[in-house]
Amino acid sequence: MASGATSDTAGPRAGPTRPAGRGGWSLRAAGLLGSVLLTFFGLLAITFVIGRVVPIDPVLAIVGDRALPAVYARVRQELALDEPLYVQFWIYLSKVLQGDFGTSVITSRPVLEDILRFFPATIELATLATIIGVAVGVPMGVIGATQHGRWPDHLIRVVGLIGYSVPIFWLGLVGLLLFYAKLDWVGGPGRLDVYYEDIVEPVTRLLLIDAALAGEWDVFANAFSHILLPASILGYFSLAYISRMTRSFMLEQLRQEYVTTARAKGLSEARVVWRHALGNVMVPLVTVIALSYASLLEGAVLTETVFAWPGLGRYITDSLFNVDMNAVLGGTIMVGSVFIGLNLLSDMLYRILDPRAR
Amino acid sequence: MTALEAPGAGWRAWLLTASPRSRLQARLGALYLGWLAFLANPLALAGMAIVLALLATALLAPLLAPGSPYAQDLTQRLLPPSAEHWFGTDELGRDIYTRVIHGGRVTLTIVLLVAIIVAPLGLAIGTAAGYFGGLADTVLMRITDIFLAFPRLILALAFVAALGPGIENAVIAIALTAWPPYARVARAETLTLRESDFISAVRLQGASALRILLRHVMPLCLSSVIIRVALDMAGIILTAAGLGFLGLGAQPPIPEWGAMVSSGREFLLDQWWVATIPGIAIFVVSLGFNLLGDGLRDVLDPKRR
Amino acid sequence: MTGELSPILEVEELEVRFHTRQEVVEAVRGVTFALGREKLGIVGESGSGKSVTGRAILRLVPAPGETRARWIRFEGTDLLGLTERQMRRIRGKRISMVLQDPKFSLNPVMTIGAQIVEAYRIHTGASLAAARQRALEMLEAVRIRDPERVYGAYPHELSGGMGQRAMIAMMLAPDPDLLIADEPTSALDVTVQMQVLAIIDDLVTSRGMGLIFISHDLNLVASFCDRVLIMYRGRVVETCRAEELHQARHPYTRGLLASLPRIDQPASDLPVLERDPAWAR
Repeated sequence: MASGATSDTAGPRAGPTRPAGRGGWSLRAAGLLGSVLLTFFGLLAITFVIGRVVPIDPVLAIVGDRALPAVYARVRQELALDEPLYVQFWIYLSKVLQGDFGTSVITSRPVLEDILRFFPATIELATLATIIGVAVGVPMGVIGATQHGRWPDHLIRVVGLIGYSVPIFWLGLVGLLLFYAKLDWVGGPGRLDVYYEDIVEPVTRLLLIDAALAGEWDVFANAFSHILLPASILGYFSLAYISRMTRSFMLEQLRQEYVTTARAKGLSEARVVWRHALGNVMVPLVTVIALSYASLLEGAVLTETVFAWPGLGRYITDSLFNVDMNAVLGGTIMVGSVFIGLNLLSDMLYRILDPRAR
Repeated sequence: MTALEAPGAGWRAWLLTASPRSRLQARLGALYLGWLAFLANPLALAGMAIVLALLATALLAPLLAPGSPYAQDLTQRLLPPSAEHWFGTDELGRDIYTRVIHGGRVTLTIVLLVAIIVAPLGLAIGTAAGYFGGLADTVLMRITDIFLAFPRLILALAFVAALGPGIENAVIAIALTAWPPYARVARAETLTLRESDFISAVRLQGASALRILLRHVMPLCLSSVIIRVALDMAGIILTAAGLGFLGLGAQPPIPEWGAMVSSGREFLLDQWWVATIPGIAIFVVSLGFNLLGDGLRDVLDPKRR
Repeated sequence: MTGELSPILEVEELEVRFHTRQEVVEAVRGVTFALGREKLGIVGESGSGKSVTGRAILRLVPAPGETRARWIRFEGTDLLGLTERQMRRIRGKRISMVLQDPKFSLNPVMTIGAQIVEAYRIHTGASLAAARQRALEMLEAVRIRDPERVYGAYPHELSGGMGQRAMIAMMLAPDPDLLIADEPTSALDVTVQMQVLAIIDDLVTSRGMGLIFISHDLNLVASFCDRVLIMYRGRVVETCRAEELHQARHPYTRGLLASLPRIDQPASDLPVLERDPAWAR
């Protein structure tokens, strides 16, 4: 962000080609990298504080209050609690950077291994939800803006407001009650019916993709019937956010002069709206979509609990109840890293989509 | 607009005049126009009605639902809604209507506590960053950005994990993750104030930075922070309910709506009302705050319609 | 009243109203004029309704606005009677419009070439290669030295003068009969203004087009156009030939003329423009 000013003024008018300036590019890239590293450092600092400073006794937080004195002493030494805080932080930092989040108390596997096992289920859910959110939310927002002040606009606004107000876990329960228990349109909790489990070799651990790769279409159908409801419910939240932002961006763009130009050129209203105005909206919208994807990873914590979905969110909450701090913090770092990655990605896409930012 | 000369409408004409005599009159006039716009927005009015109803319910809970929300009656377990138990009874035979009404108090308490922590915290950080600028600004805003870049709910979960479950800790966890936007708002406001003449005047009189911040800058940032709080309320309610649902917020037997949904899950298929009704309460209240916040923003910032 | 040739555009009793919550604003009231293959200037202050008049001809007055007229005849057909689809074949193809500031009136995320080609292909159905050829010709016609570069450039990479030339090239590519230029030089540097005007003049004259030139600059219009309409608060208060402008009778026009600084008659204070609400009745 801060690096933008250095090269933007380089040559909108002067240069014969695009503003040359490899220097500008690499400087901006360095600035971006710096801010990413700083944020990541902050993430580790906060998790460190949560794990080692906030609990009254971090050893108890890990071993539980019924531990033998010998175990207690060993863990205390492992945590290097006798050392000053900055040394502890340094040890923590170097371990995490090597991918060592410690061992999970419940599964007694390394936390990283657990995360890699559980995360794909969350990714699959959040990705499908985002696809739904974009595919429905963007057109809704565009229609809301073009029909500004008329009933479709009000309807879309209300649909969005409901999305902002409804508790996701409750919506999940009502959905299960209605579409699974009463109507039997979708599969129940979990990723698969027991009958279909362990048929497909885990390659990507994204069930839909694995099933398709293996050509096991009945597994695919079953997995799809299970993911449909949780993905739709998460997708609704994504849709509420995306349609609202699209609408407000579109309203702003439709007031611009270039829209008048496009109309004066004799373009159809559809082309004016969907190509010219939406083309300009796509630039800020990319950030919105990335943010909504990130917030879905979060919303998944509640959804996964409701749908018994074996993803990272449930891993974190399960670990929480067993005071398995290594697992909780490992999961938090993982989700936080994905957040940071998404921010970085949207920043880069912004530069690609907006010619003015190149 | 209209020049109403009818008797009794004099104050109205005074408010709506195009040429106010004093600053006070102009400001009151602007407020009145905003109020008129607010009244013309049915959704915002509905939101206000819901929020007022929540306040009234919380204040008058013992009158509206005279029984105790904790009174168990195992002979009356899981009864469907009826004239006697409007919303039915739960697995311990407690009257759900009573618990929902009293739950309003819990929700309101959480929301108010969070607001009381978050607004001053964000205000202090934001105004300090904006006023001092330079290194202080860079460091404080970097920290704010770091918090902003995080998954709020997951961070709150991690805090609760470290602090232990319960209402107080849920409030602290939510507050610790909710302050960054307030700091942003307060900083932006302070930046515009910092260079203004009256601040320079106070500075020339030898006022300390702390005094300037507390007495002159913060009061002026307060209104935008309050709008932000109104817009944030629904999110706070939903997060608190989510923590309650996960068993990390208010602990049973406290009649907290999220926890009530959670305990009704087991009976979802056969006794739908146990889990469904507290969820509707959460929905209605957060919808109310959203509508109200939206309406307020429309009135105060007409560009963003 | 009309030009030397049969008129291409006749506007009779044009009214444009904007309905807002509090009141109805009458932006244009009873404007009548006819236009041949000539250069007609419309002059007025901001808010006089001159821009709205230009947009009303293309039926591009935005939403709360309502356009009415006895007729707006373009080469004999009443534009108000056309369907939206028929109207789209007029816009850009037969009547084009150049807007004030290329910084805002060009789509920032499309290349200049894509924007020119788009309009041309829609109206002519030409192949992409032919359209590209045409676009490069047009860029050359507006005296852009390096058409290939401008073709691939984004609007923010061009200067204001270049952008406005590209805009003119885009609007004239489908060979329209009438060009409405809404303050086409107001956002440009003074030195560039004259070049752009010369280009417009050149193209309009050589193609035998009609031009409606909307401006607040009385001197500019007087020197550039054949005839001038003076608008005040939604009404045409005076119509005259450009060279007879100094003999204008209407007090508002006289006021406008008197308020212009003149190098040959230095004055310590410029007279303040007088306005009489009666003129707008």
